[in-house]
Amino acid sequence: MTASATVAVAAGQAPARRRRRRSPAPLAAVPLLVFTAIAFGVPAAAMLDGALTTGDPATGATAYGTGNLTASLQGAYRTALLGSVELSATAAGLAALLGLPLAQAVVSSRSRALREAVLTASSVLANFGGVPLAFAFVATLGNSGVLTRRLGLAEHGWSLYSFWGLVLVYLYFLVPLMVLTIAPALDGLRTQWREAARNNGATTLQYWLHVALPVLAPSLLGGLVLLFGSAFAAYATAAAMVGSTVPLVTLQISDALSGNVLVGQENVALALSLDMVVVAGLVMAVHLPLQRRSSRWLD
Amino acid sequence: MAGLTPLTRAWRPAVLGLAGLYFLVPLAASVVFTVDVPGRGLTFDAYTRIIGTEGFLTSLLLSLGLAAATIAVVLLLLVPAAVALRLGAPRLRPVVEAVCSLPLVVPPIAFVAGIGTVLKWGPEHLSRTPLFQTFVALQNPDFPVVLVLAYAVMALPFAHRALDAGLRAVDVRTLVEAARSCGAGPVRALVTAVLPNLRGALMNAAFLTLALVLGEYTVAQLLGFRPFAVWIVNVSGSQAQMSVAVSVLSLLVTWVLLLALAGAGGRTPGARRARTAKGTP
Repeated sequence: MTASATVAVAAGQAPARRRRRRSPAPLAAVPLLVFTAIAFGVPAAAMLDGALTTGDPATGATAYGTGNLTASLQGAYRTALLGSVELSATAAGLAALLGLPLAQAVVSSRSRALREAVLTASSVLANFGGVPLAFAFVATLGNSGVLTRRLGLAEHGWSLYSFWGLVLVYLYFLVPLMVLTIAPALDGLRTQWREAARNNGATTLQYWLHVALPVLAPSLLGGLVLLFGSAFAAYATAAAMVGSTVPLVTLQISDALSGNVLVGQENVALALSLDMVVVAGLVMAVHLPLQRRSSRWLD
Repeated sequence: MAGLTPLTRAWRPAVLGLAGLYFLVPLAASVVFTVDVPGRGLTFDAYTRIIGTEGFLTSLLLSLGLAAATIAVVLLLLVPAAVALRLGAPRLRPVVEAVCSLPLVVPPIAFVAGIGTVLKWGPEHLSRTPLFQTFVALQNPDFPVVLVLAYAVMALPFAHRALDAGLRAVDVRTLVEAARSCGAGPVRALVTAVLPNLRGALMNAAFLTLALVLGEYTVAQLLGFRPFAVWIVNVSGSQAQMSVAVSVLSLLVTWVLLLALAGAGGRTPGARRARTAKGTP
């Protein structure tokens, strides 16, 4: 990083076009890069190192190997990983299905106040649910929640502390996230396209199937993947709500880190974290190109 | 068109109504939960007792302090870099963008697992070196600097996006060149010419960071500190009503703050110009 900055500065001092290039531009980015290298790079490297280090508790000897990674894909950890994937996929799919009509209703509405309010509320709910969200749902639909008691839901077998209960809670931050992701793309749908389709005799359904959805497809898919990643990484909501009645990888990591179940599982926790990073990395690798592709329609 | 009208008119209110129901009912039910305690009838105890409860003020003040420090760190790091990238150094732009998106790839729980490992190096390997004192200072329970570092990293993607959106609406190069022609140094040009035009974006970045820090639970809990969100969970075991009351209040306060911000952002001349500029094809 520093090397490339020096190169850029040296290039800036070349006589040609001196005025333009002489700005202290590259240097101004150095603190940011140094900070992330320390505050982010060191923990990330430590995680990688720990995940790949297998220790022998008897002798205290350590060696590099994939033992932890293998362990993190077996038994209870495997169940938790699969549970997380299943929960995130279900919640993300549902949120995408529900978020699209909501976003379209907001985008096509003529009221600017409604639009601003919904988009702002979405950005709050999408990113900052966590603990308060969990408690709001416990108060509403938990064992002694307001709706549970008033409607006698418990007799019908309802439990918030279950797979579908978590899905319902996750939708509370995933649907807004979908609205935020897809709204710009919906804004990019030109009225002219709809008019052109109609002039050629297309029905509303045909317009959506053959014009709008293909244009939206990259954004939809990108949004779906982003929702999956967000649900996959969620910890606070689940931890404050269900404890560990639903097997989730984030809960497993926290248990293993704090030695709740077995002592000496720290490195497996790091391996599980690495698994999560791989999943999140895949998510971003799919999401970012799609995002770029869909933004082509926005300008 | 005429044949479709009833259906086309009906679907939007229906969708908005259902969404409103889903998003408002938990909030409303939470309020009911806190004021309508079984066996005691209508009571506002849960709200009046908040202030006096052990740990509330210390944890809230800790969270606010952490938020202030995090906002300062994030803005001091990001603003010069973002402005500089607008002025030149196009080759650094993908680097900075990648660096600011990296935290999205590492979920908070994985990040804190890494931080925990690093913090354990202190007592294990460095106890006889001067660095050890740094590790102790990082984890001072009165003001855990390590949380500021972690939160700053976690806030980078949000803050970067907010700043970048603001910068896109401002012609930074012209502003800086004008200021420089009038004899201002680079720092002065930044502070007096560029920053006032970025007020909306700066506020946006600051509030997003504030909301993130106030609500953050994962990192603080696993490192054993006790800011606001951790306190809410700890207190929920013994005082369910109050934990819900505090949750509702914190959600509403964040929401109102951000709504106010959106309102203020809409009124600044920079934002209006940006909107009209975008509106013209």
